[in-house]
Amino acid sequence: MSRSALLGSSLAKKYWMALTGLFLCVFLIAHLAGNLQLLDMSPAGQLKFNAYAKFMTTFPVVKIVSYLLYASILFHAFDGIILTIQNRKARPIKYAYEKANASSKWYSRQMALLGMLVLVFIVLHMKHFWYEMHWGPLGMDADGNKDLYTLVAAAFAQPLYVLVYVASMVVLAFHLMHGFQSAFQSMGLNHPKYMPIIKTVGIFFAVIAPLFFALIPVWMFVNASPVQ
Amino acid sequence: MKLTLKIWRQKGPKDKGKIVDYPVNDVSEDMSFLEMLDVLNDDLVRKGEEPIAFDHDCREGICGACSLFINGEAHGPGRMITTCQLHMRKFKDGDTIHVEPWRAEAFPVIKDLAVDRGAFDRIQAAGGFVSVNTNGNLVDGNALPIPKADADTAFDAATCIGCGACVATCTNSSAMLFVAAKVSQFALLPQGKVEAKNRVLAMVEQMDKEGFGNCSNTGACEVECPKGISLEHIARMNREYLAASVTKE
Repeated sequence: MSRSALLGSSLAKKYWMALTGLFLCVFLIAHLAGNLQLLDMSPAGQLKFNAYAKFMTTFPVVKIVSYLLYASILFHAFDGIILTIQNRKARPIKYAYEKANASSKWYSRQMALLGMLVLVFIVLHMKHFWYEMHWGPLGMDADGNKDLYTLVAAAFAQPLYVLVYVASMVVLAFHLMHGFQSAFQSMGLNHPKYMPIIKTVGIFFAVIAPLFFALIPVWMFVNASPVQ
Repeated sequence: MKLTLKIWRQKGPKDKGKIVDYPVNDVSEDMSFLEMLDVLNDDLVRKGEEPIAFDHDCREGICGACSLFINGEAHGPGRMITTCQLHMRKFKDGDTIHVEPWRAEAFPVIKDLAVDRGAFDRIQAAGGFVSVNTNGNLVDGNALPIPKADADTAFDAATCIGCGACVATCTNSSAMLFVAAKVSQFALLPQGKVEAKNRVLAMVEQMDKEGFGNCSNTGACEVECPKGISLEHIARMNREYLAASVTKE
C-alpha cells in the first residue's frame, strides 16, 4: 500500500503537482534573470545576449537541468489533466444555482483552464525561439554566435506578438497567484506563523515575475528601430 | 412574508429529477429554514401531494444530519451555521430561494433533497477510531499529559459533524476537509498516535475509492464549514500521509 500511496493516490498526485510547480517557479526566476538582458538594445547588448544564448544551449549542466525542466512541464500538465478529469467526474450533476465566489477566488477554481492557456503559450514560445535557436536558419553575429537577438527583436516589433505575450503573462500571473501558496499547502507546509508570509511572497512573485516578463516585449516594441 | 421556492424534486435514485416552483405565504421570520419546509410539507400533504424529503435530526446544529444547498451555498447564507440554524429573517419578502441537494458522485440522491452520505461512514470505518481493549484495565484518560494547545487543536478537529458541506461546496466535490478533521483529531493525541500511519493511509485510500474529487486548495470548504474547521488540518493530513507513505514497511 505504501508504495502505491506515493504514486497513485489523490494526495500523491498533489505532491507531484506541487514539486514540479515549485521547480517551474524557480525556473521562471532564472529565465527572467537571463532575459532581462534583452532590455539592453545596443549592439553590445545584442552580442552579450547571443553569447548568453549560446551558453544556455551548450553548457552541459544547463542542458541536464533543461531536460529536467521539459519533463517537469510535461508531467505538471499531464498530472493536471488527470486531476481535472477526476474532479469533473466527482460532480456529474452541476448545481442549477451556485454562488461559488462567496467562498473561493475564481482563479483558484480555474487552475486547469489557466494552466492549459499557459501550456499553449509555452508551445508557441518554444516554436518562436527555442526551436529556431536549435534548428532554425539563424544568421551569425559579429562574434560568430547564432543571432537569436535579431529574431527576438523582429518578433517583438510586431504588435500581435507583443499582445499575445503580454496576455499570456496575465494568465500566468493568476495561475501563480493560486499555485505558489497552494503548492506549500499540498506538501503539508501550513503553519499559522509562516502561512501569511508564504501567501504574501506568493502574491508578490505572481505579480512581479510576469510583470517583468511582459516588460521585455513591450520595451522592445517601443524601442524598436523603425527600419527592419 | 411571501417567498418563491425552487426546489429539486427527484422520486428516487434512478429518477432524472427536476426543479419545481413552490410559492409559500405566511412565512414568519422567526422560523428556521427547516420549519419553513415543514409548513410547506404540511400544505403538500393536505393537498394530497408527495411531501419534500430532506434530512434533519437534532435541529440544534450538532448532529450533522441536515444539509441543503440554499441560494448557491452549502447550509445557505451565513457562516458557521447548519441549515437548521438558518432563520428566515436572513431572507426578504418576495425572495426567490433555490434549494438543491448536495451534488457529488459519492453522495447519490436518495430522494428529493436527501443524499446518501454513507461514503463518510465507510471512510470513518476504514481507520477513524482508536482501538481500545475493554478488559477492565482502562487507563484514566486524564492521567496522560497532553499539551493544552494540542488538546485544543484536536478538539477543533473533533467538532466536525460530518454534514458534508465541504464536499458540497468544493468545486471538485473533494472530501479532504472531512477526512483531514478525522485524521487530525487522533493524530494530535497520544492515544491516536499508535495507529496514526495505518489510519491516514487507510482513510485516504477509502476516500479515493468513494469517488470524491481531488483537493485544489481553493479554501471554499473552510469558509462554508458550519464548525469552521481549518485548512491547517488538511495540511496536517498531507504531512501525515507523506510521512506514512515513506516510512511504513
